[in-house]
Amino acid sequence: MGIEFSATAKQELDGIFGRYKTKQAALLPALYLAQREFGYVSVEAMEYVAEIVGVSPARVYEVATFYTMYNKQPVGKYFIQVCTNISCALRGGMDLFAYLSKKLGIAEGQTTQDGRFTLVKVECLGACGNAPMMQVNDDYYEDLTPAKVEEILKSMT
Amino acid sequence: MANDDHKILSRNWGRPDSHKLETYLQSGGYEAAKKALTMEPQAVAQTVLDAGLRGRGGAGFPTGRKWLFMPKDERPRYLCVNADEGEPGTFKDRDIMRYDPHMLIEGIIIACWAMQAHTAYIYIRGEFTEPQRKVEAAIKEAYAKGFLGKRALGTDFSLDVHVHSGAGAYVCGEETALINSIEGKKGQPRIRPPFPPQRGVFDMPTTVNNVESIASTPYIIANGPEAYRKFGTEKSPGTKLFCVSGHVNHPRVIELPLGVPLMELIDKRCGGMLNNMKLKAVIPGGSSTPILTAAECQGVTLDYEALAAAGSMLGSGGVIVMAEGTCLVTTLHVLTHFYAHESCGQCTPCREGTGWMAQITGRIVKGEGKIEDLDLLVSLANGMFGRTICPLADAAVGPVTSFIGKFRQEFEDYIRTQKGPKEAPFPVKWMS
Repeated sequence: MGIEFSATAKQELDGIFGRYKTKQAALLPALYLAQREFGYVSVEAMEYVAEIVGVSPARVYEVATFYTMYNKQPVGKYFIQVCTNISCALRGGMDLFAYLSKKLGIAEGQTTQDGRFTLVKVECLGACGNAPMMQVNDDYYEDLTPAKVEEILKSMT
Repeated sequence: MANDDHKILSRNWGRPDSHKLETYLQSGGYEAAKKALTMEPQAVAQTVLDAGLRGRGGAGFPTGRKWLFMPKDERPRYLCVNADEGEPGTFKDRDIMRYDPHMLIEGIIIACWAMQAHTAYIYIRGEFTEPQRKVEAAIKEAYAKGFLGKRALGTDFSLDVHVHSGAGAYVCGEETALINSIEGKKGQPRIRPPFPPQRGVFDMPTTVNNVESIASTPYIIANGPEAYRKFGTEKSPGTKLFCVSGHVNHPRVIELPLGVPLMELIDKRCGGMLNNMKLKAVIPGGSSTPILTAAECQGVTLDYEALAAAGSMLGSGGVIVMAEGTCLVTTLHVLTHFYAHESCGQCTPCREGTGWMAQITGRIVKGEGKIEDLDLLVSLANGMFGRTICPLADAAVGPVTSFIGKFRQEFEDYIRTQKGPKEAPFPVKWMS
């Protein structure tokens, strides 16, 4: 029994196809849908996307691995991405990362035992005026202080 | 310039619900688009050219000229708006999209009319979920009001605007990589020619413009080129959103006329240096632009010509301020690591060169470098510059040659004395 999009996702996909001149152009949005539907972009999900977008699985694999935002492995419930590029580094981004790493007891790229948190460093997220900052799932958290980080972590159950 | 009279792009940002259509209409929104649609398309492009608006994404190419390059044949034409904002130190398009998305949409109507394009894609970097939500909501409002769609603004002109979300790749800010990404491919730049106006997205004539460039056009159409030229310098007319980050008291996005002195931006507009620290260096236009020493910062103005004369570039307007105590060896490694991570891998000089730059600066940071490494880095840089399909390699070269060229002593001292990574490479400790 293979995997399949929900009815809602299928409907969304129909709308997406309407935006582009070619079917293949829906590949990036379709991969986002797959990530939302299945939690991450597994090889099985890539094969499914290949079928519905009408391209070869190799093409989907090359695209999914080119872009950083498609998670090819499962991530924790809260996916924490800390910017350590220049503007954040100047305001303590590296310290912020080290703090989170120690606090959560995990190194870069790891997930906590309970599956709650995954921690990674990322390149510039374009919020340099509010450094240091991090992204957790879809949301930005900016002008971070240890007190703020504590509060954010506490709210993530 | 104590008042806000010069504010064009950011004039609505402080208003409550500034992102909503109703608010935008209260300040005369969409009148410029209505006016444009009564003009000859060519005249609209000419007006933008006459205003002297130059591309705000980094390259500084005249926006009106780009529009006039579009062929006049029967093929469908496209506008792609570049909202991939990924150059470290740049965070202005995010605010346009969050705080005044309708100004962008109005600019899109103007640009599409000028080029007779019936489809526009706004390519927003994937991480920008909030700006994307705001832009999508604004597009919906504009459709509901009849500003977009089959009969845009009640005319016979049809225009569809779609958001295309990027997925995490700095190189997609390069226009042909962006086009490939819209087509559902890896974001690898294309060899030019053919240029996008000849064969762009879906092989059709295409123009790619930065968010800030497009958002500047409603003012120009509404008030005319002369009004726009009242701001800025003769060769760099108009206003610019400067993104100031790093060691100032108030990092922020601030709109000022081009030609503003860099030190005025730091001292008067951003509250001066953080904790009264002393200025060490500034990267004036996003991470790829050559660094300026504190001495070079004195007297330099922020416009295309003055920064080129100073050996750097205005770029995207990302002003990164560094105080004394900032380890430039560590900082350079942060940047070389970034470019190695973001190289698309297509061209050998970039793929290999950025990788080696990251490795060599990395070993210097670890205290394992040799003095010869500095010349090796410069020689690598010379082997990369101008030898690749897109400017990502050149972007990586900018910091390497300028950091080592201007701060060689600091690099040599580091190599001679450091036995391991610096304990505190930055003068600001992250604390509550």
